[in-house]
Amino acid sequence: MQRRVIFDNRALPYLLLAPQVAVTLIFFIWPAAQALWQSVHLQDAFGLRSQFVGLENFQAVLSDPNYLETVKTTIVFSASVTVLSLASALGLAVMADSKIRAASAYKTLLIWPYALAPAVAAVLWMFIFNPDIGILGRALNNLGYAWDYRLNDGQALTMVILAASWKQVSYNFIFFLAGLQAIPRSVLEAASIDGAGAVRRFWTITFPLLSPTTFFLLVVNIVYAFFETFGTIHALTHGGPGKATETLIFRVYQDGVVNHDLGGSSAQSVILMVIVIALTAIQFRFVERKVHYS
Amino acid sequence: MLTRRKLAVSTAVFALAAGFTGAAYAQQKTVIEFWHGLPQPLGGQLEQVVKSFNESQDKVQVNPTFKGSYPETMQAAIAAFRAGNAPHVVQMFEVGTATMLSAGPAIKPVHQLMSETGSGLEAAAYIPAVRGYYSSKDGKMMALPFNSSTTITFYNKDAFQKAGLDPNKPPATWPEVADAARKLKAAGVTCPMTFSWPTWTQFEQVGALHDKPFASEANGFGGLNATLKINDPFFVKHLQTLIDLQKEGALRYGGRDNAADSLFPSGECAMIQASSGLRGRIVKEAKFNWGAAPLPYWPDAIASPKNSIIGGASFWVMTSPKRTADEYKAVAAFFSHLARPEVDAKWHMDTGYVPVTLQGFELAKKEGFYDKNPGAEVPAEQLTRTATTENTMGLRLGNLPEIRNIIQEEMEKAFQGQQTAQQALDNAVKRGDTVLRNFERANKN
Repeated sequence: MQRRVIFDNRALPYLLLAPQVAVTLIFFIWPAAQALWQSVHLQDAFGLRSQFVGLENFQAVLSDPNYLETVKTTIVFSASVTVLSLASALGLAVMADSKIRAASAYKTLLIWPYALAPAVAAVLWMFIFNPDIGILGRALNNLGYAWDYRLNDGQALTMVILAASWKQVSYNFIFFLAGLQAIPRSVLEAASIDGAGAVRRFWTITFPLLSPTTFFLLVVNIVYAFFETFGTIHALTHGGPGKATETLIFRVYQDGVVNHDLGGSSAQSVILMVIVIALTAIQFRFVERKVHYS
Repeated sequence: MLTRRKLAVSTAVFALAAGFTGAAYAQQKTVIEFWHGLPQPLGGQLEQVVKSFNESQDKVQVNPTFKGSYPETMQAAIAAFRAGNAPHVVQMFEVGTATMLSAGPAIKPVHQLMSETGSGLEAAAYIPAVRGYYSSKDGKMMALPFNSSTTITFYNKDAFQKAGLDPNKPPATWPEVADAARKLKAAGVTCPMTFSWPTWTQFEQVGALHDKPFASEANGFGGLNATLKINDPFFVKHLQTLIDLQKEGALRYGGRDNAADSLFPSGECAMIQASSGLRGRIVKEAKFNWGAAPLPYWPDAIASPKNSIIGGASFWVMTSPKRTADEYKAVAAFFSHLARPEVDAKWHMDTGYVPVTLQGFELAKKEGFYDKNPGAEVPAEQLTRTATTENTMGLRLGNLPEIRNIIQEEMEKAFQGQQTAQQALDNAVKRGDTVLRNFERANKN
């Protein structure tokens, strides 16, 4: 006979759900609705005059060649940040997971950068790479390599990618390390006894068993690259030179906060929201099939 | 444990009681909220000025609050206004002037405040280049000028000596600047010259000095339908000169906004065109002999240069549904205090901002400030050297911060060799005009 617990109270489940629903409504649905409303209006900064303009804001944004450049930059930036931070975090986690002296000290040091505010991290990078005051920046110039990210598209983009990835490595590292430690030792030991080398063991056992972690991190990192790298870019390059390091989220800020173009900025937010929803849907629909949950 | 808790409770009660009596006492005073955007140390100096006003009388209490950088202060003020809770006074950077003016009922023009409250503040007391920037087209003062600066040249006398240049004769024209920069480079200086605030120093100021319009409709004073004029051959030639100098290694682009500021006090760059407000930092940090000079000009474009225009910020009076006549009166009293020559002169001498009133300038002269600090008079002299024309009054363009960014972006592409000076400025005009048209549409009644 099966014993089942039955809750008679009909209101209780709703009550228990209510806080979550309230938070979602207040912090997600309401601002999103506001963005939708503003994206079809033209408004002055003080909100004194407002007129309905239909889809004009979207049309203006999508027909702006600079916006399409920004889309390209964002794709390159996000893909690079995701791949770089995932790959290096995995490498570091594998190394920290092995039997080494002072492993916990390494772990602590590797987790540190995550505690830094993006703007602080960016300032640290500036002290390293600024061509005039940065240690490495000056050294590069003294060695005869013309390093100046203020006037070189490629260098600027490389630098913000490195800075943004570095910031995220810690986060990925924590999850990978936890994932690695959850893999049963007995399986790996059995493989060793069967004569599998370290590389073989990693690719045939460890990596597949890590796939749920990797998948989770993939989603989180793409969202990070899209939304949370604003502070780093703002402090390092301001989106320049030209528009070389301007990502979609940076432009939303620039147009909304600095330029007071609430309609255009909201239209971009809506587009960005659609892109990220689509990306996440694709990931869960197609990538997740390859994930092995034990 | 219990005793500690009791102690905490009684302390809280005492604090509350003290707060109540404090509030009751303050009720006799009119409290004025004042938001500003000056970081330390300037913010602290500004708060000292407010403190001196609070101590000078017992009717008004001004509460200064730092709200972040200028754009952040602007954002905060706009958000507060939208919530019906605007501060009485807000400090706004000069490029936000058009946005504030278009706010209509959100602000109370200073001339109106002064005539309503019968305070003796006169527009004529202010230096014309300062007054013009914050006046309506018919010359009525809209905001109270306070911390104004202008662009000047700072140069490294030691580096000049090393390059065989006369350290007491800074270059006066652009051809002389180019010549000096090349000589400095030949003498081994890695960065002969640079400039901060690229749009402000290289287009807004250069336009004013040569009496060339930055935009049509008297730089926007005439109406919201202004268009940019910076793809004029004069500006193209100017930008091309900068690009050529940069290619030769005689000029370094130091980055957006004030990023280049640090290059001069550190001794890296031998000449910099920057805000006169940089002076304070140079005095503190520079370990070499330096001098200050007016901005150079193109002798083939003008025989003698006009006055430069200002930067910095001014104070705006904001409205709110609950505001009383007494509160406006209190604001007027605060403003009258700020306009006093002693207050103006002291602020100028303490900070490196220019004196905004003519009497303040005279007072600083009389106190011998310029004899003790040679070069400190350059900005004020440059601002007052001619009568203002419609090209030297200032700029009244909607969303000027955005336009400044556009020009910086296009300049950067040109410095990288991705486009010519002509293409850069054509693009800047095209993109800038779109911004102006959008502003015009959003602010038309």
